[in-house]
Amino acid sequence: MSSQSNTNLKELFLNGIVKENTIFKLALSLCPSIAVTNNLKNGVFMGLAVLFVQVMVNLTISLMRKFIQPKVRLPIFMLVISGWVTVTQLMMAAFVPDVYGKVGLYIALIVAFASILARAEMFASKNSVIPSIVDGLGMGVGFLFALTVISFFRELVGKGSLWGNVIVNTKPLLILILPAGGFFAVGILMALFNWINTRYAAKGVHASH
Amino acid sequence: MSSEFTKLFELIISASLINNFVFTRFLGLCIFFGVSKKMETAVGMSITFTAVMMVSAAISWVVFTQLLVPLEITFLEIIVFIGIIAGLVQLSDTIMRKVSPGLYYKLGIYLALISTNCIILAVPLINAGEKYTFIQSLAFGLGSGLGFALALIIMASIREKLELADVPAPFRGLPMAFVVTGLIALAFTGFSGLITL
Repeated sequence: MSSQSNTNLKELFLNGIVKENTIFKLALSLCPSIAVTNNLKNGVFMGLAVLFVQVMVNLTISLMRKFIQPKVRLPIFMLVISGWVTVTQLMMAAFVPDVYGKVGLYIALIVAFASILARAEMFASKNSVIPSIVDGLGMGVGFLFALTVISFFRELVGKGSLWGNVIVNTKPLLILILPAGGFFAVGILMALFNWINTRYAAKGVHASH
Repeated sequence: MSSEFTKLFELIISASLINNFVFTRFLGLCIFFGVSKKMETAVGMSITFTAVMMVSAAISWVVFTQLLVPLEITFLEIIVFIGIIAGLVQLSDTIMRKVSPGLYYKLGIYLALISTNCIILAVPLINAGEKYTFIQSLAFGLGSGLGFALALIIMASIREKLELADVPAPFRGLPMAFVVTGLIALAFTGFSGLITL
């Protein structure tokens, strides 16, 4: 029984990273993914912020789930999410003020993330605490992963540096740091993700024969 | 007096062209990609959106300056603004249904899409951050709505043609839309030196 629930938890965790990856698959909560990913540091911190909010929101909603009246559940979810986002905002302003200066607005906008609201509604309000935390971790890590990949790509090719340290000395492809480049980068990475997925699925079918 | 108007005009131009909410600030992307498939929906959404944007900019300005600032609880701005927007959307939903069902039939669904979206929350937040006056906040709301409308209409006209194009398999659908948006964003970069604020 416990080994079954262990595999279920592992599947739950991986679900958020691969099958229902917020950015690459579900195409939700896209706004920050382009705005903050023009360098690796901002992208990673944004991802960490979202991970934190996702896990804490799932945890809180799951703890409260027996007391929430169905009719007012959406405002309650929004209140819980807003609260945790405000906490994250204040913590970031205190501990990483330079990053906060650039991504502050987008941290505030985490409140509007369809993905967090959807997870609270579909999962945390109906499941107990441990699975909810794991689900939050999975979705959050998936988001962090996506943001890291995008900002890694953009900063390396667009500026020739990573986390502010210069790596490549040749002339970088400046366009990738500009807003337009953000759209290009996400579009290309999305297509890459799709391509990998179809190949992986084909291999999976082939292997099961 | 004339510098007042110039400042307002600059705000509108800036919000709609130079710092276009979709192409420069990357806000409202979910709505943008979802609604821009047909011209009809794009226009409908633009109208609803600009209206909601201006009203929420007005109300949240009043609440922010008259309530949050004097009481020094500005860190509650996120929660308060979300509450205002949600309430406003609910209210306009009810009013529209009773007052003009025809209009509701056409534009009603967009209201629900707007309610929890980053772009509608961004305007009050930016207004509060930049400490605009009431009229300036309205101008900013108008400019951002116009910019969003422009983005939607351009995108819709392209996507209607894109449906018929031969796109490679991994790119089909959303990835291609992103690349196209990137190209438009590139064009909008040309506006960046338009007004030296």
